[in-house]
Amino acid sequence: MNQPASMTVSDEVAIEITGMNKWYGQFHVLRDINLTVNRGERIVICGPSGSGKSTLIRCINRLEEHQKGKIVVDGTELSSDLKNIDKIRSEVGMCFQHFNLFPHLTILENCTLAPIWVRKIPKREAEETAMHFLEKVKIPEQADKYPGQLSGGQQQRVAIARSLCMKPRIMLFDEPTSALDPEMIKEVLDTMISLAEEGMTMICVTHEMGFARQVANRVIFMDAGQIVEQNEPEAFFNNPQSERTKLFLSQILGH
Amino acid sequence: MSDTHAHSAAFVRTETLPEMPPPPGETGIVKWLRANLFANVPNAILTLVSLWAIYALLAGFIPWFTNAVWSAEDIRDCQAQLDGTRGACFAVISERWHQLLFGIAYPQDQYWRPILAFILLFLSAAPLLFSKLPRNLLVLTLIYPFLGYWLLWGGTIVAPLVALAGVLVGFAVYQRLVTGSFAMGFFGGIAAAFVAWWIGGFITGAAEGVLALEPVASRDMGGFMLNMILGTVCVSLSLPIGIMLALGRQSDMIIIKWICVVFIEFIRGVPLITLLFVASVVLAYFFPPGTNQDLILRVIIMITMFSSAYIAEVIRGGLAALPRGQYEAADSLGLDYPQAMRLIVLPQALKISIPGIVNVAVGLFKDTTLVSVISMFDLVGVVRGPIFSSTEWAGVYWEVWGFAALLFFIVCYSISQYSQWLERQLATDHR
Ligand SMILES: Nc1ncnc2c1ncn2[C@@H]1O[C@H](COP(=O)(O)OP(=O)(O)OP(=O)(O)O)[C@@H](O)[C@H]1O
Ligand SMILES: [Mg+2]
Repeated sequence: MNQPASMTVSDEVAIEITGMNKWYGQFHVLRDINLTVNRGERIVICGPSGSGKSTLIRCINRLEEHQKGKIVVDGTELSSDLKNIDKIRSEVGMCFQHFNLFPHLTILENCTLAPIWVRKIPKREAEETAMHFLEKVKIPEQADKYPGQLSGGQQQRVAIARSLCMKPRIMLFDEPTSALDPEMIKEVLDTMISLAEEGMTMICVTHEMGFARQVANRVIFMDAGQIVEQNEPEAFFNNPQSERTKLFLSQILGH
Repeated sequence: MSDTHAHSAAFVRTETLPEMPPPPGETGIVKWLRANLFANVPNAILTLVSLWAIYALLAGFIPWFTNAVWSAEDIRDCQAQLDGTRGACFAVISERWHQLLFGIAYPQDQYWRPILAFILLFLSAAPLLFSKLPRNLLVLTLIYPFLGYWLLWGGTIVAPLVALAGVLVGFAVYQRLVTGSFAMGFFGGIAAAFVAWWIGGFITGAAEGVLALEPVASRDMGGFMLNMILGTVCVSLSLPIGIMLALGRQSDMIIIKWICVVFIEFIRGVPLITLLFVASVVLAYFFPPGTNQDLILRVIIMITMFSSAYIAEVIRGGLAALPRGQYEAADSLGLDYPQAMRLIVLPQALKISIPGIVNVAVGLFKDTTLVSVISMFDLVGVVRGPIFSSTEWAGVYWEVWGFAALLFFIVCYSISQYSQWLERQLATDHR
């Protein structure tokens, strides 16, 4: 498959996770996670429900706290230092399964809120940026509506635009399409693909295998809180190594 | 299959059917009556019974109202004028309205002051209540507490000006320091305000007579005016305090959390009336000796504590109703805690809490009548004291209580109507 020139990966490290462990009480959710993501890399994480995929990417912007090991994002180590956390969060965009738009604000206000308050950008400028990204996700005409007035697919695209308005260097997606109807999935995936083509560093938890084949550099399979297998998409899908991966792929691809 | 379609299933309409009026009895008043009042036998019976009840009520009330005597010297004069017919004696209200509204001791030639304060209250509350009004009107809202105090209590204008200056100084310091951290700004601001007030105290002492209105002592406040003062002040104070308590109760900081929990649970477990007795008798011990804080201030503190505990619980409900995703989205965008609260969480939680808050506010406003028990002459106090115990009007019940109820009803009903309007305004989840 031919990838656009911009989809090359640099040597610069964007995220480095070493020996990371996390527990919920007694429950060991993430076990000895080691993962290095280079700038411009696009990683797809898949695995059965409850395997810890969400927990892993939520640790990267500290929505969850890890108890052991080290996470370095953009050269800043995640510790309990609030300054570091806020810095990392403003560099890392995140899209959720249930969009989590702010229902009391218009689409435009959703997009300008963080730039204005966190980045301290003047309102006019923030609105211009917001309109730029809303055009990019193809819904500029909805700018003055409220989230409750949009379809699921449109809401998820707004959520992506909202993250992009912070000009993040890394984007995290947690099953962005799994709450959507089939015809809306495509419009969201198209947005994500165009983002990937521009060279954004992305980590996506998703079960959209077509998307994984098209844009991912690496597919990671997780089970029971561990990384079981990772490989380039072609090799991962055509020639899985572990039994667990084979079983999972056969279920999800419906053979 | 009907035989119209016997030849084939296909059908094409070639002409449009003309529009026709609905059959008689299906429109207008007849249809409405049938649908709503006489749908079936039990429904018809209920309708008739209700009509009879309404008739009986009105038949009693209307003559009572239309025969009413509006001017008389006392209740005996009233009865003489009525001469055996049934009728109200509203003369008591035309005679004593000033006591009912302003209490027994407020100087009569100064009534323009509470009236002006009342009118200004609406003007200055308007920009808070209606977000469409220009934002710079909020200046009026900021000034009003000091202006209102000056109008009602009188004395030199320097005192409220100093108080206002203290607030402004505190706010300026807050703005300066808050860029460092919220806590530093908050406590720095409060400290600066106190310093400003302390310095201002000397100025006030020196400028006794500058632009002075005739001073009115707190114990001379009374009537419905007192209820309005207590209601307005306590509601507007307990809302921010309630928000802080609710947030404190959610806090990760264990000590703050427990202070809030204990405060809320304690206050909610105690009847308001005991708190008022505490205010009237015990609280004096807590103030520095010799300051002799006046009773209104003590009562305001107690009622505010009481209602802020309730409002805190209402708001906690609103906070709990907010999906976790909202907090996470705010966090993931890099908003810090005060920003996330102010911009994302509170606007939504407060919107959910509006009915509950209004409930507390209306209840609180009516509960201000409890101060009559600690011998303050609010509206109820005036009715039970000076009016019922006077030789002229002892024995007039319905008219006075009806008037008192009407005043409260007007205020409470307006609050409730406003809140319903506000909820409609804030509804953004329409599809
Ligand atoms: N707050 C929590 N407290 C305790 N256990 C939790 C918590 N959140 C998640 N878990 C548990 O941790 C495990 C991993 O959860 P996680 O949400 O990361 O799974 P996932 O791989 O994203 O699953 P899915 O595909 O269903 O989203 C699950 O077994 C879940 O029950
Ligand atoms: Mg998940």
